[in-house]
Amino acid sequence: MCQVDEEYNDQLEKRTVPTVSQRCVKCKEGIAVLIIRAGDAFCRGCFKEYFVHKFRAMLGKNRVIFPGEKVLLAMSGGAASSSMMSQVQEGLSRDAPKKLRFIPGIIYIDEGGACGQSLEERERVIAQLEPIFRATGYPFHIVHLEQIFDLPSSVLEAVSSAPERPEGSYKAAVDQFLHNSKVKNSCLPREGNQGPTVCDAQVQISCLAIKDTPNGTPALVVRHGQDLERLFASVNTLTAKEDMLQTLRQHLIVHTARTKGYSKVMMGDSCSRLAVKLLSNISLGRGASLATDTGFSDPRYGDVVILRPMRDYSSKEIAFYNKMFRVSSVFIPGLDTKALDKASIQLLTESFVTKLQADFPSTVSTIYRTSEKLHTACPAHDSDSEPTAKCLLCVCALDTKVEEASAFHATLVSEKLSQKRVPESPLVWSAVTADVTGQCCSSGGEREGGCGTGGGGCCTSSTTPVTPDMKSLLCYSCRLTIKDMTAVDSLPRYIVSEAERRKRRYQMKQEISEFLLDEEEDEEETS
Amino acid sequence: MAAPIALHLEFGGGAELLFGGVKDHQVTLPSQSQPWDMKRLLVWIRANMLKERPELFVQGHTVRPGILVLINDADWELMGELTYELQDQDNVVFISTLHGG
Ligand SMILES: [Zn+2]
Ligand SMILES: [Zn+2]
Repeated sequence: MCQVDEEYNDQLEKRTVPTVSQRCVKCKEGIAVLIIRAGDAFCRGCFKEYFVHKFRAMLGKNRVIFPGEKVLLAMSGGAASSSMMSQVQEGLSRDAPKKLRFIPGIIYIDEGGACGQSLEERERVIAQLEPIFRATGYPFHIVHLEQIFDLPSSVLEAVSSAPERPEGSYKAAVDQFLHNSKVKNSCLPREGNQGPTVCDAQVQISCLAIKDTPNGTPALVVRHGQDLERLFASVNTLTAKEDMLQTLRQHLIVHTARTKGYSKVMMGDSCSRLAVKLLSNISLGRGASLATDTGFSDPRYGDVVILRPMRDYSSKEIAFYNKMFRVSSVFIPGLDTKALDKASIQLLTESFVTKLQADFPSTVSTIYRTSEKLHTACPAHDSDSEPTAKCLLCVCALDTKVEEASAFHATLVSEKLSQKRVPESPLVWSAVTADVTGQCCSSGGEREGGCGTGGGGCCTSSTTPVTPDMKSLLCYSCRLTIKDMTAVDSLPRYIVSEAERRKRRYQMKQEISEFLLDEEEDEEETS
Repeated sequence: MAAPIALHLEFGGGAELLFGGVKDHQVTLPSQSQPWDMKRLLVWIRANMLKERPELFVQGHTVRPGILVLINDADWELMGELTYELQDQDNVVFISTLHGG
């Protein structure tokens, strides 16, 4: 036996260059350059074709982007979103009838302020990204995360979308578009031929925050820098920080889309990324929103629909495509850079999935296929009832109005029981708000004494007028994130004031409810 | 004795942060009794190039899961991975696909 092994090893050692180069599974001729999916070897040419086709097929299959529609590409600078941008460019430059027919724009959210980057570092990143964006000829918007402190509370409202367009109208819209473009071809923006006025205006907008540097001082000037620092400093765990950042980033993107007239936003989530997101979201208590969080089309904001056209690509495919076809991307350190695997639920899940994937190459695709089967169970929608309540932060349907027998209620009950009773609050002891007044005490069960009597430190935060009201407006998962914050008043104004507005509305409704006629009675009378 | 060989190494996707933020490296592996394969290259990188946190780049005898390796623009999975015997002027690329780099 040993001898056999040795001989085998010898053979391997002698093989300096792979003697038989593997052939491509598709054309059977080209020499394979990479292995994708579970062991398929592709040559360079076939891989490019496969990659490009997949993007168009994804958009073609779903038929949600109408010709002439404005679509905002959410760029992080990373591999997946850069690859997405290259596919959009590719699709728009193609000849009819395979040409994509929407009007793209680019948004980049500079979140360096939340990740502890210096202004110089952030400026360097933007200086790297700008030429890449400019080269596309599309309008681009560079938005700093600090701008959340200037957002209006209307961001948090899900605007009801235009009524569903009937089946078959897609085809009609395409035909109409083709007809129109024949008539006034010159007016339509074409790839690399954008009207200079539009382009220049956008560039100027993005430059407003960046001033010239005559004397070497930081050129990037951002307002609310300290507010943002304070906000993220008040979040304890990396898990909640990542969740908060994701929520705030989303709000900024949706707001920009609305104010600039984009009705779709494309995000570059790959299937590797979505597999991690799916599992970590379950751990974060976002099970009820999995379909919206990971699906191709995410309608939670109503008038602005979020799309994930890269969800069929693995991160390996994306990295290889970018490398082979020179798609430039910029690595920007984030909250999780150089952090330990165990630093957050999201990182731990990523490490778990990637390690499993290394030994079992179909791990990601299996998780991903599971996500495809998920659908949001929509409560029977009747036009009379008011729209379903949405979470204040993530704008998903509230998952907290469930039957008594649910795990959620069990959690609330046990939380209530393990809590010290606060005498002055019997009036607000409803199932949902019960845990709020003694929030900090519940987390440190044994150390109740110091907490209750001292009235210092931890309890002061729960006396902030906003806190007790906020919780009932949040989904289960966002409650956990907010619970992780030491100072809820460091949240941006638009969130706090929208919370107050919703609470007031709710109270007002309660007050007048006894004077209102039942809807049923009402109907009987009118009929 | 194998002669010293010159390699071009490239790090991307955030992996470069572990190498002082430098993406491209021109290195010469010294002459040694056994031929240079990928497994020995990783040991050498760990000993001579990694500036910090080696566990974010090498785990066990191989690269950390989530870091892709290309040898002369091809997937190292097609080249025998750790057993690939390096040639003078080879081009080896490491790309992190992990979220934080
Ligand atoms: Zn081929
Ligand atoms: Zn929520």
